[in-house]
Amino acid sequence: MLIRKKPDVVASEITPREVYENRREFLKLAGFGLAAGAAVATGLLSTRVEAAEVKHGRKIDHFSKTRYGAEEKLTPYQDVTTYNTFYEFGTSKSDPSYNADSLKTRPWTVSIEGDVKKPKTISIEELYKIAPLEERIYRMRCVEGWSMVIPWVGLPLSKLINWAEPTANAKYVEFISLADPMQMPGVRVPILDWPYVEGLRMDEAMNPLTILAVGLYGEVLPNQNGAPLRLVVPWKYGFKGAKSIVKIRFTDKMPQTAWMKAAPDEYGFYANVNPQVDHPRWSQATERRIGGGLFTPRIKTQMFNGYAEQVAQLYTGMDLRKNF
Amino acid sequence: MPSKKQIAWIKAGLFIAALIPLARLFWLGFRDDLGANPVQFVEHQTGLWALIILLVTLSMTPIRLLTGMAWQIQLRRMMGLFMYFYACLHFTTYIWLDHWFAWSEITKDIAKHPYVLVGFTAFVLTTPLAITSNRAAMLRLGPNWKRLHSLVYLIGILAVLHFLWLVKKDIREPLIYALILALLLGIRLYYRKPGNKSQQAVPKAQLNQQR
Repeated sequence: MLIRKKPDVVASEITPREVYENRREFLKLAGFGLAAGAAVATGLLSTRVEAAEVKHGRKIDHFSKTRYGAEEKLTPYQDVTTYNTFYEFGTSKSDPSYNADSLKTRPWTVSIEGDVKKPKTISIEELYKIAPLEERIYRMRCVEGWSMVIPWVGLPLSKLINWAEPTANAKYVEFISLADPMQMPGVRVPILDWPYVEGLRMDEAMNPLTILAVGLYGEVLPNQNGAPLRLVVPWKYGFKGAKSIVKIRFTDKMPQTAWMKAAPDEYGFYANVNPQVDHPRWSQATERRIGGGLFTPRIKTQMFNGYAEQVAQLYTGMDLRKNF
Repeated sequence: MPSKKQIAWIKAGLFIAALIPLARLFWLGFRDDLGANPVQFVEHQTGLWALIILLVTLSMTPIRLLTGMAWQIQLRRMMGLFMYFYACLHFTTYIWLDHWFAWSEITKDIAKHPYVLVGFTAFVLTTPLAITSNRAAMLRLGPNWKRLHSLVYLIGILAVLHFLWLVKKDIREPLIYALILALLLGIRLYYRKPGNKSQQAVPKAQLNQQR
């Protein structure tokens, strides 16, 4: 017997061809829109603003105030600790403040090597005791064209050099930073030839302005600023200030620094702040002081970053255009 | 192909989407949240969005070549004008917020530094394209319109170079944009080869699409 089954779909419910085709078209469009939206969203995310919440560090108990930079207006702590160039933690300015938590700064030792009476190792605790800690308010001029005023806490490098007892052979000091891919995600990327290396001529290193900083704003150095100790040479571009130093080596040859190796025509050994000698790609005549608002104009860059009186004699007779 | 009404909606949505980056800058500025170096942030953001929108503009034809879908060409002029809009904001930030109309400093900067020069050139070259983007100019220029507007390829290359040469060392981000540009131009070149489906985009057809 033939059983007549009722059709599943009533004719009146069949979607007309134009309508469903239109629907498909619409779905395609929706997909398009979604993709575009996602692209915009990722674009916005990848360009997030530099504003990590920064925890304050432990206060440093004993340090004396000095007259250095007493008249300067300090760059806010928030800016000093969230706008950093520390490629070991990423190349964007905000990366270090987000990523540097993974750095372990205790225990920490620095090995003293090369042309010294006897190679030795010094712990960060011992280093604190080599000389009384002082606060130095210094201008810092970055080679990229911005600057800050930072109240460092540290000791003159000369004190450590005297303690290290270099031999008469030592003409230069080399500073080598930690390069541990486990603690420093940026080191896994070959942006620079790791470890980061910097150097000074002996007389530059002995100049009273040159310090090893262990803190800023009266607190232990935040990791993103180069904890537990970093070099500060205020009349040179900021990149001379090696961070998270693990090795100090005395040598008779001019050290090949990380930036000299990366771009020898752009970064020299001396890297003195000099408004008359431009970076090959941009001007060094002016700088933007961090901490100003959207409508604060640039300021003029000063010769030797304004420290000419104390350091110009180090370079008498040298062609600073050639020795950039 | 979406209906006329749908296209109008898409255009409206795109118009609003293209204003999001600018609205965000105002919002962040209003909350004093532009970061430690606000001038540079605004300068970089406006430049970046000019480049991104330029790449979107340049992707309309490759989408047609790959899928045969052509209606999106109708969005191209609006996108191109938005690119010019962000380029204007970028240039204004440079001469105003960054250099405070120090003209001698600015001219020296443009003449002396290749990355500034290529960026400036890209901006200057975009200006006639923006001016002649209307229908009347298309009609008046005839076949020359297309010739003039093929400058956009050069502008794309200059814009990517501008970004590449500005970066200190880590060129990964500008390289991504360079690769996208290479891909978009590469697709065009591939379809231009004889034997492949060639350019059907004669000026007349374009006029119709550009309505």
